[in-house]
Amino acid sequence: MNDAVSTPQALPQRAATPTRVKNRDFKKNNLVGYLFISPWVIIFLLFGFIPIVISLGLAFTDYDILGGGQFVGLQNFQRMFYEDTRYAKSVIATFKYVLASVPLRLIFALAVAMLLNTKRTGVYFYRAAFYIPSIIGGSVAVAIMWRQLFGREGLINALTIALGIGKVSWYGSPTNAIWTLIFLAVWQFGSPMLIFLAGLRQIPAELYESAAIDGANGWRKFWGVTLPLLTPIIFFNLVMQMIAGFKVFTQAFIVTGGTGAPLDSTLLYSLYLYNRAFASYEMGYAAAMAWVMLIVIAILTAISFKLSSYWVFYENKEV
Amino acid sequence: MATTTHPKQSLQVTAAKREARRNKLVSGLMYHVFVGTLGLLMLYPVFWLFSSALKAPDQIWTTVNNLIPGEIHLENFANGWKGFGGITFATFYKNSFIYAGIGTLLTVSASAVVAYGFARIKFTGRNFWFAVMLMTLMLPGQVLMIPQYIIFSKLDWVNSFLPLLVPRLGGDVFFIFMIVQFIRGIPIELDEAAMIDGCSKVGIFYQIILPQVKPALVTAAIFSFYWAWEDFLGPLIYLSNPNLYTVSVALRSFADPNGITDWGGIFAMLGLSLVPVLVIFVFFQRYLVEGIATTGLKG
Repeated sequence: MNDAVSTPQALPQRAATPTRVKNRDFKKNNLVGYLFISPWVIIFLLFGFIPIVISLGLAFTDYDILGGGQFVGLQNFQRMFYEDTRYAKSVIATFKYVLASVPLRLIFALAVAMLLNTKRTGVYFYRAAFYIPSIIGGSVAVAIMWRQLFGREGLINALTIALGIGKVSWYGSPTNAIWTLIFLAVWQFGSPMLIFLAGLRQIPAELYESAAIDGANGWRKFWGVTLPLLTPIIFFNLVMQMIAGFKVFTQAFIVTGGTGAPLDSTLLYSLYLYNRAFASYEMGYAAAMAWVMLIVIAILTAISFKLSSYWVFYENKEV
Repeated sequence: MATTTHPKQSLQVTAAKREARRNKLVSGLMYHVFVGTLGLLMLYPVFWLFSSALKAPDQIWTTVNNLIPGEIHLENFANGWKGFGGITFATFYKNSFIYAGIGTLLTVSASAVVAYGFARIKFTGRNFWFAVMLMTLMLPGQVLMIPQYIIFSKLDWVNSFLPLLVPRLGGDVFFIFMIVQFIRGIPIELDEAAMIDGCSKVGIFYQIILPQVKPALVTAAIFSFYWAWEDFLGPLIYLSNPNLYTVSVALRSFADPNGITDWGGIFAMLGLSLVPVLVIFVFFQRYLVEGIATTGLKG
């Protein structure tokens, strides 16, 4: 995963033994090469590259699918940043969602991965149990179930009543509603958990042994050995989950009804973008929103990479 | 000295051993109680979903905290299957299987072909195209969504499966990348031996590479099927004719919070829609877990 196309590095060694077959293997084979990658290249140009160009153009128009559009300069962006109060609310809701769900999800993922990093019997069974929410969690069925779970007569309120808290209005309150989505995201910690688990298995046992000889207890081992060696994986998960968090759509659409209710407190960015593009057909404006999203994600990713040199620990620095 | 204290020492040793064994047993028990409870809590909503699918419709909300249905009401499934607007779930399942089935077939075969091109054939611009391909991973689908919709509606493809299937002819970047990594793990000597025997690049791909990358193809197929099966935004945008609804879009209309009467039927259909996903998971768990652990698939 560290270098893009690694075969060229291996080639010089084989060049030392000049046989006819290897020379033939070496010869560039442009026709066959492009033939093999042509499915991706053609589809990319038609449905990737051309749309990107169109999208960039659309962002500066007031295009709608019915009546065409006109060039409006930076008006879409002005409207976004200064006039559209719903836009501001959707940005706030999205950041709230990402800032709460990503760290919580990763903490759960790491904690459970550490619990499962053992050779005890039954551990594969548990691993499956913890992963199941992630494979079904993106579905509409689970989103509908989740909606009912937090409904007035739902299971969660049965629990809060039993705990003496009483009925909680999850969807009636702007502060509570976003948490139903955050909980749903945290519930699906399976994928980062599996990635952590694979990382934990790579940590050499000798490191723990020598830490034990030095008198380190479990807690010290965690902070001194496990965590530093996992930082590359934590970083990878953090970036991936952050990007995914900004793009969440289905859950927001189903769980809180598709309008961002109550009071736009669950109006996640992708949901708002969809509503602008396909409910009110303001496709120029929505395209501008998509580009802002792309740029924000790119900037946040770049910042994460910059900051990573302060806390991510790479064993073999030369890579 | 060691020999003189030997009997006593061995007694101590066995006592210590027994103690250690008991401690191990206790800690093992505690582990299973703790992790097992946690696992049950995680899965509780899923159990609740399936249990509600079996309850009498008027019992679902009155016995929320009771996981075991008083009596089993399998007719929920028959009632739910009737669907809405005169269209049964048979149609929705057919549509979902068309989308997920054909979609998976296209995605996986195209991904394998493209991956072979990148992994084993040298050509001008290979690194450039590979870099471009990886860059598209960063691109949020939202940027492409609107212009794609405009293109597809100009082509008059809206309300058909074409917008959902045709882009899959190019494969999926995640899978292409995964298969490339996999092919690189195959010894090049195999290719060379086949080449000596007069095998062409296409022949090598079919006879040498494809059988070797089967595990990666299975992983790609499972994820591809899952993503299409659970896809909501795509069918929502492109399939507005109820006769073309996939299960996920149909469920959303079926469970419209404003017009619900038959909760039994709804829960039955929610549960049923998860069955293909769970069955695949039970049989192919290994491929899924390895796919995620090695490539970070699905993040």
